[in-house]
Amino acid sequence: MRAERRRVIPGFGLTMGYTVAYLGLFALIPLSTIFLKTAGMGWLNFWTTITSLRVLAAYQLSIGASLIGAAVNVIFGLAVAWSLVRYEFPAKGVLDAIVDIPFALPTSVAGITLTAIYAENGWVGRLLAPLGIKVAFTPLGVIVALVFIGLPFVVRTVQPVLRDLEAELEEASATLGATRSQTFRRVILPALAPALITGFALAFARALGEYGSVVFISGNMPMRTEVVPLLIMTKLEQFDYQGATAIALVMLILSFSMLLLINLQQSRSALRDGV
Amino acid sequence: MASDEAEYSPLGLAGVSAKNAVEVSVPPRATSDPPWARTIILAVALGFMGLFVVLPLTAVFVEALREGVRVYLAAITDPEARSAIRLTLLVASIAVPLNVIFGLAAAWTLTRFNFRGRSLLNTLIDLPFAVSPVIAGMIFVLLFGAQGWFGEWLSDHHIKIIFATPGIVLATTFVTFPFVARELIPLMEAAGTEEELAALTLGANGWQTFLRITLPNVKWGLLYGIVICNARAMGDFGAVSVVSGHIRGLTDTMPLYVEILYNDYSFAASFAVASLLTLLALATLVAKRIIGGRVEASSMPHENESVERKAA
Repeated sequence: MRAERRRVIPGFGLTMGYTVAYLGLFALIPLSTIFLKTAGMGWLNFWTTITSLRVLAAYQLSIGASLIGAAVNVIFGLAVAWSLVRYEFPAKGVLDAIVDIPFALPTSVAGITLTAIYAENGWVGRLLAPLGIKVAFTPLGVIVALVFIGLPFVVRTVQPVLRDLEAELEEASATLGATRSQTFRRVILPALAPALITGFALAFARALGEYGSVVFISGNMPMRTEVVPLLIMTKLEQFDYQGATAIALVMLILSFSMLLLINLQQSRSALRDGV
Repeated sequence: MASDEAEYSPLGLAGVSAKNAVEVSVPPRATSDPPWARTIILAVALGFMGLFVVLPLTAVFVEALREGVRVYLAAITDPEARSAIRLTLLVASIAVPLNVIFGLAAAWTLTRFNFRGRSLLNTLIDLPFAVSPVIAGMIFVLLFGAQGWFGEWLSDHHIKIIFATPGIVLATTFVTFPFVARELIPLMEAAGTEEELAALTLGANGWQTFLRITLPNVKWGLLYGIVICNARAMGDFGAVSVVSGHIRGLTDTMPLYVEILYNDYSFAASFAVASLLTLLALATLVAKRIIGGRVEASSMPHENESVERKAA
């Protein structure tokens, strides 16, 4: 009865039907192929596929490099968000706008450009080569690409929280005798922590699945610089569809749990803020 | 206004500092960063942005023009480049409208009705964010590829989806379907249903209400979503890479064509095409900025308060 009364606004059947049908056709049915395909391959087969040395090396690199990339973004992203919210400097508007470049730039463009910059004869690679640091075609290159594509996430999740942070809190802390660094550690950082964690998780999740920007700079050496999405691609090109789906299934489970964690974290902090 | 503020301040501190300014004035160094910290933070932020954003942006154009303007122009007017541009525009012109209709329907159903499974549906919209682009392409190969579920049926009927334009459209649509919906849902949630209910009470039918009330209310948000959706649709690489088959001049979108040229060691040409995509990205950000301001202005009439607060 209550539900009936609430539906004064028309169009429930139409929009609901369309939304569900669209999601089903474009997302759920296609995604279910992964589960069904792996279900058909048998447990033992699945297990040997996903625990082969090459696959494990790829998982290790993907997870490790994504974690490092996201961590780098937490530190530097906080500095960028802080500068954009708290300081005035020339061309601030431009800087604010280009934070989204890694999001808007096609990944293949990012890939070839980063490779050109960090190759041994590139603008940055040339400076690092005498120091014995190689970036392109090493795991370090993978990290560079993942830092690039994760850049907007931390900045854009921290920025609004920092902007809405009440000045009164910092004033209170200061009147109570806290130094600036104490205020930062005890008042500001705890308030930013949920946003930092969300930004980290988003950057990590994005990095885990990243293909375009990594494929050029990594050099794609099996066991050394081969990330998981690339390994899936290689298997697909060799028509090893079962192998590819098995590896993809593990990836999907990983990213879905990340997404779930982010949602939980967000609803928890929403509860705390009384939203 | 200022005194109101003071009374509502949770700790009452604003009131204290306003009334007894002499006694409890907060030393400015405690609420703003010391100059050395400011310098370091700014240097770190600008250095990071310079290294990871400004440098790559500059590099694209420098590399594109390395062999001169003539090579650049030849590269972007090459027949294969033109067919890649055409395909990219074609794919976006199908995927974006599909996702606009989906976004409107999803936002309407999620913000205008309460039903069981609402939050599940809301989460499902984010699915593509959790799926690697390569996997996004792969699922369509598993469905429509030669070994896929419908592979045999499709080849019997001479329909080509994988390694052809329909596959590229499907993969692109999948990768970009959240963007319009994600933009509209919070806006329609915030707008509420009062105006729509008023229109309905005055005798408007559903479509009239939607076209005359809802759509004008969210038009800037919708445009914002379209701009972002379009940028991602034109720029998708991973998903399209799996389903395209890289047939030169036939199934190459611009991002794929960039890869092909690069792997052929035609670096200048590759960066020339990449520079077009970079211009698209920059145009997207400019549009985003202009429209973003409109979205805020149109959706938050109460925002004036906080502006006043800042001014005070």
